[in-house]
Amino acid sequence: MIGMDEKLSFFKNGLRLDGRRPDELRPIKIEVGVLARADGSCYMEMGDNKVMAAVYGPREVHPRHLQEATRAIVRYRYNMASFSVEERKRPGPDRRSNEVSKVSREALVPVVLTSYFPKSVVDVFVEVLQADAGTRTAGINAASVALADAGIPMKSLISSCAAGKVDGEIVLDPMKLEDNFGEADVPIAMTPNGDITLLQMDGRLTPEEFRRALELAKTGCQQIYEIQRKVLVDRYSSMDVPESCDESEGLVEEGI
Amino acid sequence: MSDVVMAEIRKDYLYHLVLKGERADGRAFDEYREIVLETGPIRKADGSALVKLGNTQVMVGVKIQPGEPFSDTPNKGVIITNAELVPLASPNFEPGPPNEVGIELARVVDRGVRESGAIDLEALCITPGEKVWIVFIDVHILDDCGNLMDASSLGAIAALMTAKVPAAQYGLGEDYPLPVKDVPVATTAVEFGDAVIFDPDTDEESVADTKLTVITTADGSVCGMQKSGPGFISQDHIYRIVDIACERAKEIREKFLEV
Repeated sequence: MIGMDEKLSFFKNGLRLDGRRPDELRPIKIEVGVLARADGSCYMEMGDNKVMAAVYGPREVHPRHLQEATRAIVRYRYNMASFSVEERKRPGPDRRSNEVSKVSREALVPVVLTSYFPKSVVDVFVEVLQADAGTRTAGINAASVALADAGIPMKSLISSCAAGKVDGEIVLDPMKLEDNFGEADVPIAMTPNGDITLLQMDGRLTPEEFRRALELAKTGCQQIYEIQRKVLVDRYSSMDVPESCDESEGLVEEGI
Repeated sequence: MSDVVMAEIRKDYLYHLVLKGERADGRAFDEYREIVLETGPIRKADGSALVKLGNTQVMVGVKIQPGEPFSDTPNKGVIITNAELVPLASPNFEPGPPNEVGIELARVVDRGVRESGAIDLEALCITPGEKVWIVFIDVHILDDCGNLMDASSLGAIAALMTAKVPAAQYGLGEDYPLPVKDVPVATTAVEFGDAVIFDPDTDEESVADTKLTVITTADGSVCGMQKSGPGFISQDHIYRIVDIACERAKEIREKFLEV
Protein backbone atom coordinates (compact mmCIF):
# COMPACT_ATOMS: atom_id res chain seq x y z
CA MET A 1 0.00 0.00 0.00
CA ILE A 2 1.42 3.38 -0.93
CA GLY A 3 0.31 6.81 0.02
CA MET A 4 -1.24 9.02 -2.63
CA ASP A 5 1.64 11.45 -2.25
CA GLU A 6 4.11 9.02 -3.81
CA LYS A 7 2.22 9.28 -7.11
CA LEU A 8 3.62 6.14 -8.64
CA SER A 9 1.79 5.97 -11.92
CA PHE A 10 0.42 2.61 -12.98
CA PHE A 11 -1.15 3.89 -16.19
CA LYS A 12 0.22 5.38 -19.38
CA ASN A 13 -2.30 6.66 -21.90
CA GLY A 14 -4.96 4.56 -20.20
CA LEU A 15 -2.87 1.40 -20.49
CA ARG A 16 -1.16 -0.51 -17.71
CA LEU A 17 2.59 -0.90 -17.29
CA ASP A 18 2.59 -4.10 -19.32
CA GLY A 19 0.43 -2.51 -22.02
CA ARG A 20 -2.85 -4.09 -20.94
CA ARG A 21 -6.19 -2.35 -20.83
CA PRO A 22 -7.70 -2.20 -17.31
CA ASP A 23 -10.15 -4.98 -18.22
CA GLU A 24 -7.63 -7.24 -19.93
CA LEU A 25 -6.21 -10.55 -18.70
CA ARG A 26 -2.56 -11.43 -18.96
CA PRO A 27 -1.68 -13.92 -21.73
CA ILE A 28 -2.79 -17.42 -20.79
CA LYS A 29 -1.32 -20.72 -21.84
CA ILE A 30 -2.81 -24.03 -20.78
CA GLU A 31 -1.48 -27.49 -21.54
CA VAL A 32 -3.32 -30.58 -20.46
CA GLY A 33 -1.94 -34.06 -19.74
CA VAL A 34 1.64 -32.96 -19.24
CA LEU A 35 2.65 -35.46 -16.56
CA ALA A 36 2.94 -39.16 -17.32
CA ARG A 37 2.42 -40.59 -13.83
CA ALA A 38 -0.49 -38.47 -12.71
CA ASP A 39 -4.08 -39.48 -13.52
CA GLY A 40 -4.70 -35.97 -14.70
CA SER A 41 -2.45 -32.96 -15.07
CA CYS A 42 -2.26 -29.45 -16.36
CA TYR A 43 0.40 -26.82 -16.86
CA MET A 44 -0.74 -23.24 -16.86
CA GLU A 45 0.79 -19.85 -17.40
CA MET A 46 -1.05 -16.66 -16.51
CA GLY A 47 1.33 -13.88 -17.35
CA ASP A 48 4.50 -14.65 -15.42
CA ASN A 49 2.81 -17.22 -13.21
CA LYS A 50 3.78 -20.77 -14.02
CA VAL A 51 1.91 -23.51 -12.19
CA MET A 52 1.64 -27.25 -12.55
CA ALA A 53 -1.32 -29.25 -11.25
CA ALA A 54 -1.59 -33.01 -10.85
CA VAL A 55 -4.57 -35.13 -9.84
CA TYR A 56 -4.31 -38.60 -8.36
CA GLY A 57 -7.37 -40.69 -7.73
CA PRO A 58 -9.97 -41.60 -6.85
CA ARG A 59 -7.72 -43.83 -4.81
CA GLU A 60 -7.55 -45.45 -1.39
CA VAL A 61 -7.41 -43.02 1.55
CA HIS A 62 -4.35 -42.98 3.75
CA PRO A 63 -4.51 -42.50 6.67
CA ARG A 64 -7.63 -44.68 6.73
CA HIS A 65 -9.43 -42.69 9.44
CA LEU A 66 -9.96 -39.82 6.99
CA GLN A 67 -12.27 -42.00 4.90
CA GLU A 68 -15.85 -40.89 4.46
CA ALA A 69 -18.43 -43.65 4.16
CA THR A 70 -20.67 -41.87 1.67
CA ARG A 71 -18.34 -39.81 -0.48
CA ALA A 72 -14.83 -39.22 -1.67
CA ILE A 73 -12.73 -36.67 0.15
CA VAL A 74 -10.76 -34.11 -1.82
CA ARG A 75 -7.34 -32.99 -0.70
CA TYR A 76 -5.60 -29.99 -2.19
CA ARG A 77 -2.00 -29.08 -1.62
CA TYR A 78 -0.81 -25.72 -2.84
CA ASN A 79 2.94 -25.46 -2.67
CA MET A 80 5.33 -22.74 -3.75
CA ALA A 81 8.76 -23.69 -5.02
CA SER A 82 11.50 -21.96 -3.05
CA PHE A 83 12.80 -20.37 -6.27
CA SER A 84 9.39 -19.14 -7.43
CA VAL A 85 9.65 -15.73 -5.80
CA GLU A 86 12.16 -12.87 -5.71
CA GLU A 87 13.64 -13.76 -2.32
CA ARG A 88 14.04 -17.50 -1.67
CA LYS A 89 11.00 -18.90 0.10
CA ARG A 90 11.60 -21.39 2.84
CA PRO A 91 10.42 -24.73 1.46
CA GLY A 92 7.41 -26.50 2.88
CA PRO A 93 3.97 -25.46 4.03
CA ASP A 94 3.44 -22.22 5.90
CA ARG A 95 0.33 -20.47 7.17
CA ARG A 96 -0.37 -18.75 3.89
CA SER A 97 -0.13 -21.93 1.83
CA ASN A 98 -2.32 -23.72 4.36
CA GLU A 99 -5.03 -21.13 3.93
CA VAL A 100 -4.66 -21.04 0.15
CA SER A 101 -4.95 -24.84 0.07
CA LYS A 102 -8.13 -24.71 2.12
CA VAL A 103 -9.93 -22.05 0.11
CA SER A 104 -8.77 -23.58 -3.19
CA ARG A 105 -10.10 -26.98 -2.17
CA GLU A 106 -13.37 -25.35 -1.20
CA ALA A 107 -13.44 -23.64 -4.59
CA LEU A 108 -13.34 -27.00 -6.39
CA VAL A 109 -15.24 -29.38 -4.10
CA PRO A 110 -18.68 -27.92 -4.92
CA VAL A 111 -18.47 -29.22 -8.50
CA VAL A 112 -16.82 -32.59 -7.83
CA LEU A 113 -19.33 -35.45 -7.68
CA THR A 114 -17.77 -36.96 -4.59
CA SER A 115 -20.71 -39.25 -3.85
CA TYR A 116 -19.68 -41.40 -6.84
CA PHE A 117 -16.58 -42.60 -5.02
CA PRO A 118 -17.27 -43.38 -1.36
CA LYS A 119 -14.28 -44.14 0.87
CA SER A 120 -11.78 -42.80 -1.62
CA VAL A 121 -9.70 -39.67 -2.03
CA VAL A 122 -9.01 -37.35 -4.91
CA ASP A 123 -5.64 -35.71 -4.37
CA VAL A 124 -4.87 -32.44 -6.10
CA PHE A 125 -1.30 -31.18 -6.01
CA VAL A 126 -0.46 -27.72 -7.24
CA GLU A 127 3.14 -26.59 -7.55
CA VAL A 128 3.85 -22.93 -8.15
CA LEU A 129 7.04 -22.81 -10.20
CA GLN A 130 7.04 -19.08 -10.77
CA ALA A 131 4.89 -16.56 -8.96
CA ASP A 132 3.72 -13.15 -10.12
CA ALA A 133 0.50 -12.42 -8.21
CA GLY A 134 -2.52 -14.59 -8.83
CA THR A 135 -0.95 -17.95 -8.07
CA ARG A 136 -3.98 -19.25 -6.18
CA THR A 137 -6.27 -18.43 -9.10
CA ALA A 138 -3.85 -19.93 -11.62
CA GLY A 139 -3.61 -23.01 -9.41
CA ILE A 140 -7.39 -23.41 -9.27
CA ASN A 141 -7.69 -23.03 -13.06
CA ALA A 142 -5.00 -25.63 -13.61
CA ALA A 143 -6.44 -27.98 -10.99
CA SER A 144 -9.89 -27.77 -12.54
CA VAL A 145 -8.50 -28.79 -15.94
CA ALA A 146 -6.38 -31.52 -14.33
CA LEU A 147 -9.49 -32.93 -12.58
CA ALA A 148 -11.27 -33.10 -15.93
CA ASP A 149 -8.18 -34.68 -17.47
CA ALA A 150 -8.21 -37.32 -14.73
CA GLY A 151 -11.79 -38.14 -15.68
CA ILE A 152 -13.19 -37.12 -12.30
CA PRO A 153 -16.95 -36.54 -12.71
CA MET A 154 -17.74 -32.89 -12.21
CA LYS A 155 -20.80 -30.68 -12.58
CA SER A 156 -18.70 -28.13 -14.43
CA LEU A 157 -15.25 -26.66 -14.67
CA ILE A 158 -14.15 -23.93 -12.26
CA SER A 159 -12.50 -20.78 -13.53
CA SER A 160 -10.70 -18.30 -11.35
CA CYS A 161 -9.14 -14.89 -11.53
CA ALA A 162 -8.75 -11.71 -9.52
CA ALA A 163 -9.64 -8.07 -9.85
CA GLY A 164 -7.84 -5.33 -8.00
CA LYS A 165 -7.70 -1.63 -7.43
CA VAL A 166 -4.65 0.25 -8.62
CA ASP A 167 -4.24 4.00 -8.68
CA GLY A 168 -7.94 4.33 -7.93
CA GLU A 169 -8.95 2.18 -10.89
CA ILE A 170 -10.49 -1.27 -10.84
CA VAL A 171 -8.33 -3.59 -12.96
CA LEU A 172 -8.55 -7.21 -14.03
CA ASP A 173 -5.91 -9.79 -13.13
CA PRO A 174 -3.34 -7.64 -11.29
CA MET A 175 0.30 -8.56 -11.81
CA LYS A 176 2.86 -8.54 -8.98
CA LEU A 177 3.76 -4.88 -9.25
CA GLU A 178 0.11 -3.82 -9.21
CA ASP A 179 -0.71 -6.20 -6.38
CA ASN A 180 2.18 -4.99 -4.22
CA PHE A 181 1.37 -1.32 -4.60
CA GLY A 182 -2.34 -1.67 -5.26
CA GLU A 183 -5.16 -0.75 -2.95
CA ALA A 184 -7.16 -3.98 -3.05
CA ASP A 185 -7.20 -7.52 -4.39
CA VAL A 186 -10.33 -9.65 -4.93
CA PRO A 187 -9.67 -13.21 -6.10
CA ILE A 188 -12.74 -15.21 -7.09
CA ALA A 189 -13.57 -18.57 -8.63
CA MET A 190 -16.83 -19.55 -10.24
CA THR A 191 -18.72 -22.03 -12.35
CA PRO A 192 -19.71 -21.12 -15.92
CA ASN A 193 -23.20 -20.39 -14.50
CA GLY A 194 -21.78 -17.68 -12.28
CA ASP A 195 -22.00 -19.47 -8.93
CA ILE A 196 -19.12 -18.24 -6.81
CA THR A 197 -16.93 -20.86 -5.13
CA LEU A 198 -14.01 -18.70 -4.01
CA LEU A 199 -14.23 -15.17 -2.74
CA GLN A 200 -11.57 -13.37 -0.81
CA MET A 201 -10.71 -9.74 -0.51
CA ASP A 202 -8.06 -7.63 1.07
CA GLY A 203 -7.27 -3.96 0.83
CA ARG A 204 -9.89 -1.29 0.86
CA LEU A 205 -12.91 -0.85 -1.38
CA THR A 206 -16.25 0.88 -1.08
CA PRO A 207 -19.19 -1.52 -1.47
CA GLU A 208 -19.76 0.01 -4.91
CA GLU A 209 -16.14 -0.58 -5.96
CA PHE A 210 -16.40 -4.12 -4.69
CA ARG A 211 -19.36 -4.74 -6.98
CA ARG A 212 -17.41 -3.43 -9.94
CA ALA A 213 -14.40 -5.57 -9.02
CA LEU A 214 -16.56 -8.68 -8.72
CA GLU A 215 -18.24 -8.01 -12.08
CA LEU A 216 -14.86 -7.48 -13.72
CA ALA A 217 -13.38 -10.63 -12.18
CA LYS A 218 -16.39 -12.50 -13.53
CA THR A 219 -15.65 -11.41 -17.08
CA GLY A 220 -12.09 -12.69 -16.57
CA CYS A 221 -13.38 -16.05 -15.36
CA GLN A 222 -15.63 -16.33 -18.39
CA GLN A 223 -12.71 -15.79 -20.75
CA ILE A 224 -10.60 -18.31 -18.86
CA TYR A 225 -13.44 -20.83 -18.97
CA GLU A 226 -13.50 -20.64 -22.77
CA ILE A 227 -9.76 -21.36 -22.92
CA GLN A 228 -9.99 -24.24 -20.42
CA ARG A 229 -12.86 -25.75 -22.37
CA LYS A 230 -11.11 -25.39 -25.72
CA VAL A 231 -7.91 -26.99 -24.43
CA LEU A 232 -9.84 -30.00 -23.12
CA VAL A 233 -11.95 -30.35 -26.26
CA ASP A 234 -8.86 -30.14 -28.47
CA ARG A 235 -7.06 -32.68 -26.36
CA TYR A 236 -9.85 -35.24 -26.35
CA SER A 237 -11.52 -34.67 -29.71
CA SER A 238 -8.73 -36.49 -31.52
CA MET A 239 -8.38 -40.21 -30.91
CA ASP A 240 -4.57 -40.18 -30.88
CA VAL A 241 -3.33 -40.31 -27.36
CA PRO A 242 0.03 -38.54 -27.11
CA GLU A 243 2.88 -40.86 -26.23
CA SER A 244 3.64 -39.19 -22.95
CA CYS A 245 0.30 -40.31 -21.62
CA ASP A 246 0.32 -43.99 -22.61
CA GLU A 247 1.81 -44.94 -19.30
CA SER A 248 -0.67 -43.03 -17.19
CA GLU A 249 -3.58 -44.49 -19.12
CA GLY A 250 -2.28 -47.95 -18.30
CA LEU A 251 -1.94 -47.10 -14.65
CA VAL A 252 -5.48 -45.86 -14.45
CA GLU A 253 -6.78 -49.11 -15.82
CA GLU A 254 -4.73 -51.21 -13.46
CA GLY A 255 -5.99 -49.05 -10.64
CA ILE A 256 -9.58 -49.88 -11.49
CA MET B 1 -16.11 -26.14 11.82
CA SER B 2 -19.04 -27.84 10.20
CA ASP B 3 -18.20 -31.41 11.14
CA VAL B 4 -20.30 -31.27 14.27
CA VAL B 5 -22.16 -34.51 14.69
CA MET B 6 -25.77 -33.69 14.00
CA ALA B 7 -28.69 -35.83 12.98
CA GLU B 8 -29.88 -35.35 9.43
CA ILE B 9 -33.37 -34.83 10.75
CA ARG B 10 -32.26 -31.83 12.77
CA LYS B 11 -30.50 -30.34 9.75
CA ASP B 12 -33.68 -30.85 7.81
CA TYR B 13 -35.70 -29.21 10.55
CA LEU B 14 -33.43 -26.16 10.69
CA TYR B 15 -33.40 -25.81 6.94
CA HIS B 16 -37.16 -25.91 6.64
CA LEU B 17 -37.56 -23.56 9.55
CA VAL B 18 -35.50 -20.98 7.68
CA LEU B 19 -37.58 -21.52 4.55
CA LYS B 20 -40.59 -20.59 6.70
CA GLY B 21 -38.80 -17.42 7.78
CA GLU B 22 -37.79 -18.58 11.25
CA ARG B 23 -34.68 -19.59 13.15
CA ALA B 24 -34.46 -22.20 15.89
CA ASP B 25 -33.63 -19.61 18.55
CA GLY B 26 -36.24 -17.15 17.33
CA ARG B 27 -33.84 -14.55 15.95
CA ALA B 28 -34.47 -12.51 12.82
CA PHE B 29 -32.27 -13.49 9.86
CA ASP B 30 -30.00 -10.49 10.28
CA GLU B 31 -30.06 -10.46 14.06
CA TYR B 32 -27.00 -11.14 16.17
CA ARG B 33 -27.00 -13.12 19.36
CA GLU B 34 -26.39 -11.05 22.48
CA ILE B 35 -22.88 -9.64 22.55
CA VAL B 36 -21.10 -9.18 25.86
CA LEU B 37 -17.70 -7.60 25.70
CA GLU B 38 -15.33 -7.31 28.62
CA THR B 39 -12.04 -5.53 28.09
CA GLY B 40 -8.93 -5.99 30.16
CA PRO B 41 -9.73 -9.21 32.03
CA ILE B 42 -6.13 -10.37 31.75
CA ARG B 43 -3.91 -8.10 33.76
CA LYS B 44 -0.70 -9.73 32.55
CA ALA B 45 -1.51 -9.04 28.91
CA ASP B 46 -0.89 -5.62 27.39
CA GLY B 47 -4.43 -5.67 26.08
CA SER B 48 -7.19 -8.24 26.34
CA ALA B 49 -10.84 -8.85 25.71
CA LEU B 50 -13.37 -11.53 26.47
CA VAL B 51 -16.14 -11.73 23.93
CA LYS B 52 -19.37 -13.61 24.41
CA LEU B 53 -21.49 -13.95 21.32
CA GLY B 54 -24.46 -15.92 22.57
CA ASN B 55 -22.76 -18.96 24.06
CA THR B 56 -19.62 -18.57 21.99
CA GLN B 57 -16.73 -17.40 24.14
CA VAL B 58 -13.42 -16.09 22.88
CA MET B 59 -10.55 -14.62 24.85
CA VAL B 60 -8.09 -12.44 22.99
CA GLY B 61 -4.80 -11.39 24.51
CA VAL B 62 -2.40 -8.84 23.06
CA LYS B 63 1.27 -8.85 23.95
CA ILE B 64 3.62 -6.17 22.71
CA GLN B 65 7.37 -6.73 22.69
CA PRO B 66 10.37 -5.13 21.03
CA GLY B 67 11.93 -7.12 18.20
CA GLU B 68 13.49 -6.93 14.78
CA PRO B 69 11.51 -5.54 11.84
CA PHE B 70 11.14 -7.42 8.57
CA SER B 71 13.97 -6.51 6.20
CA ASP B 72 11.58 -5.13 3.58
CA THR B 73 9.76 -2.88 6.06
CA PRO B 74 12.59 -1.60 8.31
CA ASN B 75 10.56 1.25 9.81
CA LYS B 76 7.33 -0.55 10.51
CA GLY B 77 6.10 -2.52 13.47
CA VAL B 78 4.95 -6.10 13.07
CA ILE B 79 1.57 -7.74 13.68
CA ILE B 80 1.47 -11.46 14.36
CA THR B 81 -1.92 -13.09 14.77
CA ASN B 82 -2.47 -16.59 16.02
CA ALA B 83 -5.58 -18.56 16.90
CA GLU B 84 -5.78 -21.57 19.17
CA LEU B 85 -8.74 -23.89 18.84
CA VAL B 86 -8.11 -25.55 22.17
CA PRO B 87 -9.81 -28.88 22.88
CA LEU B 88 -11.69 -27.36 25.80
CA ALA B 89 -13.81 -25.39 23.36
CA SER B 90 -15.42 -28.15 21.32
CA PRO B 91 -15.56 -31.92 21.03
CA ASN B 92 -14.26 -31.43 17.49
CA PHE B 93 -11.04 -29.68 18.45
CA GLU B 94 -7.93 -31.71 19.04
CA PRO B 95 -4.66 -30.84 20.73
CA GLY B 96 -1.73 -30.04 18.51
CA PRO B 97 -0.52 -27.32 16.18
CA PRO B 98 -3.20 -25.16 14.53
CA ASN B 99 -5.05 -26.95 11.75
CA GLU B 100 -6.26 -25.18 8.64
CA VAL B 101 -9.44 -23.95 10.35
CA GLY B 102 -7.36 -22.27 13.03
CA ILE B 103 -4.93 -20.87 10.49
CA GLU B 104 -7.76 -19.49 8.37
CA LEU B 105 -9.39 -17.93 11.43
CA ALA B 106 -6.15 -16.26 12.46
CA ARG B 107 -5.49 -15.00 8.95
CA VAL B 108 -8.96 -13.51 8.57
CA VAL B 109 -8.68 -11.76 11.95
CA ASP B 110 -5.26 -10.54 10.87
CA ARG B 111 -6.62 -9.35 7.53
CA GLY B 112 -9.19 -7.14 9.27
CA VAL B 113 -6.63 -5.53 11.56
CA ARG B 114 -3.98 -5.16 8.87
CA GLU B 115 -5.96 -4.09 5.83
CA SER B 116 -8.10 -1.58 7.71
CA GLY B 117 -4.92 0.14 8.81
CA ALA B 118 -6.19 -0.08 12.37
CA ILE B 119 -2.68 -0.10 13.74
CA ASP B 120 -0.30 2.62 12.63
CA LEU B 121 2.70 0.39 12.01
CA GLU B 122 5.07 3.28 11.41
CA ALA B 123 4.28 4.62 14.86
CA LEU B 124 5.62 1.32 16.23
CA CYS B 125 9.13 1.87 14.96
CA ILE B 126 11.72 2.29 17.72
CA THR B 127 15.01 2.32 15.77
CA PRO B 128 14.60 1.97 11.99
CA GLY B 129 15.99 -1.31 10.69
CA GLU B 130 16.84 -2.53 14.17
CA LYS B 131 14.06 -2.39 16.68
CA VAL B 132 10.30 -2.12 16.34
CA TRP B 133 7.31 -3.09 18.48
CA ILE B 134 5.87 -6.47 17.62
CA VAL B 135 2.18 -6.81 18.37
CA PHE B 136 1.11 -10.38 19.07
CA ILE B 137 -2.63 -10.96 18.82
CA ASP B 138 -3.50 -14.32 20.31
CA VAL B 139 -7.04 -15.59 19.91
CA HIS B 140 -8.01 -18.28 22.37
CA ILE B 141 -11.32 -19.99 21.64
CA LEU B 142 -12.99 -21.05 24.89
CA ASP B 143 -16.41 -22.22 23.76
CA ASP B 144 -17.32 -22.77 20.12
CA CYS B 145 -21.03 -22.20 19.66
CA GLY B 146 -20.61 -20.81 16.18
CA ASN B 147 -19.36 -17.77 14.32
CA LEU B 148 -15.83 -17.72 15.65
CA MET B 149 -14.77 -15.30 12.92
CA ASP B 150 -16.91 -12.43 14.19
CA ALA B 151 -16.30 -13.11 17.87
CA SER B 152 -12.54 -13.36 17.36
CA SER B 153 -12.34 -10.24 15.20
CA LEU B 154 -14.35 -8.26 17.71
CA GLY B 155 -12.15 -9.53 20.53
CA ALA B 156 -9.01 -8.62 18.59
CA ILE B 157 -9.95 -5.01 17.90
CA ALA B 158 -11.35 -4.54 21.41
CA ALA B 159 -8.14 -5.88 22.93
CA LEU B 160 -6.04 -3.65 20.68
CA MET B 161 -8.07 -0.56 21.53
CA THR B 162 -7.40 -1.07 25.21
CA ALA B 163 -3.77 -2.13 24.81
CA LYS B 164 -0.84 -0.11 26.04
CA VAL B 165 2.68 -0.27 24.69
CA PRO B 166 4.82 -1.45 27.65
CA ALA B 167 7.69 0.93 26.96
CA ALA B 168 8.75 1.37 30.58
CA GLN B 169 9.31 -2.34 31.03
CA TYR B 170 11.95 -2.24 28.27
CA GLY B 171 13.51 1.09 29.28
CA LEU B 172 12.02 2.86 26.28
CA GLY B 173 10.21 5.70 27.98
CA GLU B 174 6.75 5.76 29.44
CA ASP B 175 3.94 3.38 28.62
CA TYR B 176 1.47 4.76 26.12
CA PRO B 177 -1.78 3.53 24.56
CA LEU B 178 -1.39 1.58 21.33
CA PRO B 179 -2.39 3.97 18.53
CA VAL B 180 -5.50 2.53 16.87
CA LYS B 181 -6.75 4.39 13.80
CA ASP B 182 -9.67 2.35 12.55
CA VAL B 183 -12.20 -0.11 13.90
CA PRO B 184 -12.69 -3.11 11.60
CA VAL B 185 -15.73 -5.26 12.34
CA ALA B 186 -16.27 -8.70 10.82
CA THR B 187 -19.75 -9.86 9.92
CA THR B 188 -20.49 -13.41 8.87
CA ALA B 189 -23.50 -14.87 7.11
CA VAL B 190 -24.55 -18.17 5.58
CA GLU B 191 -27.10 -18.90 2.91
CA PHE B 192 -30.04 -21.29 3.31
CA GLY B 193 -31.80 -21.60 -0.02
CA ASP B 194 -32.88 -18.08 -0.86
CA ALA B 195 -32.34 -16.78 2.65
CA VAL B 196 -29.24 -15.20 4.09
CA ILE B 197 -28.78 -15.52 7.82
CA PHE B 198 -26.27 -13.70 9.97
CA ASP B 199 -24.27 -14.79 12.99
CA PRO B 200 -24.86 -18.53 12.48
CA ASP B 201 -24.60 -20.83 15.48
CA THR B 202 -22.84 -24.19 15.17
CA ASP B 203 -25.98 -26.00 14.03
CA GLU B 204 -26.67 -23.41 11.38
CA GLU B 205 -23.05 -23.49 10.28
CA SER B 206 -23.19 -27.23 9.79
CA VAL B 207 -26.39 -27.05 7.75
CA ALA B 208 -25.21 -24.27 5.49
CA ASP B 209 -21.61 -25.43 5.05
CA THR B 210 -20.57 -22.18 3.36
CA LYS B 211 -19.99 -18.87 5.09
CA LEU B 212 -19.08 -15.42 3.89
CA THR B 213 -17.24 -13.07 6.21
CA VAL B 214 -17.18 -9.38 5.32
CA ILE B 215 -14.95 -7.01 7.28
CA THR B 216 -15.86 -3.35 7.13
CA THR B 217 -14.13 -0.22 8.38
CA ALA B 218 -15.47 2.81 10.21
CA ASP B 219 -16.00 4.74 6.95
CA GLY B 220 -18.14 1.94 5.52
CA SER B 221 -15.50 0.48 3.19
CA VAL B 222 -14.86 -3.20 2.88
CA CYS B 223 -11.34 -4.19 3.95
CA GLY B 224 -11.51 -7.95 3.90
CA MET B 225 -13.61 -10.87 2.79
CA GLN B 226 -13.47 -14.61 2.99
CA LYS B 227 -15.74 -17.26 1.64
CA SER B 228 -15.24 -20.33 3.76
CA GLY B 229 -16.62 -23.81 3.28
CA PRO B 230 -17.13 -26.27 0.46
CA GLY B 231 -20.15 -24.79 -1.30
CA PHE B 232 -21.42 -22.21 -3.75
CA ILE B 233 -22.57 -18.71 -3.05
CA SER B 234 -24.57 -16.61 -5.48
CA GLN B 235 -23.65 -13.12 -6.53
CA ASP B 236 -26.99 -11.72 -5.32
CA HIS B 237 -26.37 -13.14 -1.90
CA ILE B 238 -22.87 -11.72 -1.81
CA TYR B 239 -24.21 -8.23 -2.48
CA ARG B 240 -26.99 -8.66 0.05
CA ILE B 241 -24.52 -9.85 2.68
CA VAL B 242 -22.20 -6.89 2.01
CA ASP B 243 -25.07 -4.42 2.38
CA ILE B 244 -26.39 -5.87 5.62
CA ALA B 245 -22.85 -6.42 6.92
CA CYS B 246 -22.18 -2.68 6.69
CA GLU B 247 -25.27 -1.95 8.81
CA ARG B 248 -24.65 -4.61 11.45
CA ALA B 249 -20.98 -3.65 11.70
CA LYS B 250 -21.94 -0.03 12.24
CA GLU B 251 -24.26 -0.98 15.09
CA ILE B 252 -21.66 -3.21 16.71
CA ARG B 253 -19.04 -0.51 16.34
CA GLU B 254 -21.28 2.13 17.89
CA LYS B 255 -22.40 -0.05 20.74
CA PHE B 256 -19.16 -1.71 21.79
CA LEU B 257 -16.23 0.06 20.26
CA GLU B 258 -16.89 3.74 20.92
CA VAL B 259 -13.57 5.44 21.39
